Amino acid sequence: MHRFANPTQFMRIANAIYPWAAGLCVLLFAAAIPIALVFSPPDYQQGDTVRIMYVHVSSAWLMMMIYGIIAANSAMFLIWRHPMANLMAKASAPMGAIFCALALITGMLWGKPMWGAFWVWDARLTSTLILFFLYLGYIALSDAFEDSERGDKAAAILALVGSVNIPIIHFSVEWWNTLHQPSIIKDGNMSVDPALRLPLFLMMGAFTMFYFAVLILRLRSELLAAKIRNARLSQVADASAPQPAE
Amino acid sequence: MQEFFHMGGYAQWVWPVYGLAAVALVGMLVSTRRTLKSREREFENLKANRKGAP
Repeated sequence: MHRFANPTQFMRIANAIYPWAAGLCVLLFAAAIPIALVFSPPDYQQGDTVRIMYVHVSSAWLMMMIYGIIAANSAMFLIWRHPMANLMAKASAPMGAIFCALALITGMLWGKPMWGAFWVWDARLTSTLILFFLYLGYIALSDAFEDSERGDKAAAILALVGSVNIPIIHFSVEWWNTLHQPSIIKDGNMSVDPALRLPLFLMMGAFTMFYFAVLILRLRSELLAAKIRNARLSQVADASAPQPAE
Repeated sequence: MQEFFHMGGYAQWVWPVYGLAAVALVGMLVSTRRTLKSREREFENLKANRKGAP
């Protein structure tokens, strides 16, 4: 595990994964979109709004997975001070926030025709909204300090504290009375018809591969930003060094 | 075809969902790539300047 703390080692593996993640992402989307929109049947109760599920559940899955990745990397960063773990968390946060927003908005667009309301203050929706604010808090904190190391630490602590929210979101549909439908993939007993399951899994796979591919690009970008900072600093140091006598 | 766009009467809910998802994903990819490219250029410039310096 620790040898991945070395950015060169880490990026060698990440760059090898990149074409596979990007290629799989394209293939999965090419299969998922026509099946989700055309070839899968409408639900017997929810009609064609069930097609919203493919995007909604995929976004929700990613907002949870990305938060888990941020929390795990924040722990590694705080315990072992691995800079790569910090970059993983930092590069993931904006994507997690966007997937969380997408899950919330697509949920509203599904809630209105099915429940009659865009929003209800029940446990699942409220805890997801809190997750969105946790993402925003993480992003704001990591940029809030002049000394970026301090900001990164504060953000990492927030990510760890906020991780209690993840099981709350997951189990909210079982612990409290809610409008939100229960989990569709439970203990291997899948309550979704296979005809609707296929586009869902393809879409979730496509979203996941998309995240990994873009994450690798963002890591490259973060590492370059660090190199640029270092080059600038050494330039300043060169310029202020005493000139050699003629 | 008409039926496809009609989405069983739920067109006004289904299509915005797919439109928003497309905008979000393409937006993430484009902004990430744009930042990466501009940093690559900046880093190349810095390296070239350093080599050119006495």
